[in-house]
Amino acid sequence: MQTAEKTLDEILALAAAHFKVSRERLSPDDDFFKALGIDSLQTLDLLTKLENHFHVELPDYELQGVSDFRTLAGKIQARL
Amino acid sequence: MIELAAKGAASNVQKFKGQALSWESKSGIIELVLHREPCNELGSLSLGELEKFAAALADLERDAHALILYSDRKSGFCAGADLRELYQRSQGMEPSEAVRGVRDFLERIHHVLNVLDAAPLTTIAAVHGVTFGGGFELALACDLIIADKMARFCFPELRLGLIPGFGGIPRLKRDLGNAVVRDLLLTGRSFNATKAQQIGLVSQVVGEGETLRAARATAVQLGKFARQTAVTAKKFIKPIPYDELRREIDLFCELFPRPAVQAGLKKFVESTDVQPYLP
Repeated sequence: MQTAEKTLDEILALAAAHFKVSRERLSPDDDFFKALGIDSLQTLDLLTKLENHFHVELPDYELQGVSDFRTLAGKIQARL
Repeated sequence: MIELAAKGAASNVQKFKGQALSWESKSGIIELVLHREPCNELGSLSLGELEKFAAALADLERDAHALILYSDRKSGFCAGADLRELYQRSQGMEPSEAVRGVRDFLERIHHVLNVLDAAPLTTIAAVHGVTFGGGFELALACDLIIADKMARFCFPELRLGLIPGFGGIPRLKRDLGNAVVRDLLLTGRSFNATKAQQIGLVSQVVGEGETLRAARATAVQLGKFARQTAVTAKKFIKPIPYDELRREIDLFCELFPRPAVQAGLKKFVESTDVQPYLP
């Protein structure tokens, strides 16, 4: 069973790589829209990237109102 | 402008370059590319050029066995109907006049998609990124869908108080069954290419940026078989649900003048929410 901490770390690494920002600039409680500088369409890209990486299906309505990496990690962890 | 240029003794190249889409036919394969910013929203401009394509297809299909439909926009295949145009055009109109305009648009796009659906050649939608609403419906009119692993599919119409209006419900029901339609339609959720392949919607999932290459390879393979047999097989296995398509237009027009729809369109158009694409 993957730990929540590892899930969070992998999300931060994936987001940094996909949107070409430095991993060191991202923190678990950052607003990912602001930290990554992404819009709603790019958020869907992030969602797809995470689903493919973790082999989970995450209905996007569960992400309504979610804007920080830590909460996002919790949603994914619940489906692992 | 449609050009017909002789290129060598054996193959004619037919081309069209428009503002929203372009096409080219050579070596038995027609490629129709969507290229309207930001994500190929389907409004009156795209519809007019799609109608040109549908009209030209009667000529094009004589020398072609396959059609590939794709987008060269980075954001995706197609984000669906142009909701801004839909909203702005209906402003200041009497509801009955607005409904007449919507019905006319739907009748025209249904004609195009029915032509595409029934075309006597094998059609491939090569999709990536956002494949939402009308964009999803455009892909559903094709015979095969090849998806980039970053593609996402969605019917977001219910959050506007509407149903899909470009033939999506009857075509998805034809291809996959009622339960899948209910899931997508009633939750408004999106799903990725892997899921789409698991449920039988997508025939191939390929790596990022590889859809066109895979579609071209598939189109070459299709050309190895007897054309008339392929046409006969398609006609046998892919009936067009005309009655349900007609009913869908009527239902859409019944829903359109409702205050909830106008409020939903206004909210979408004026939204500064960072998540307007999330239901």
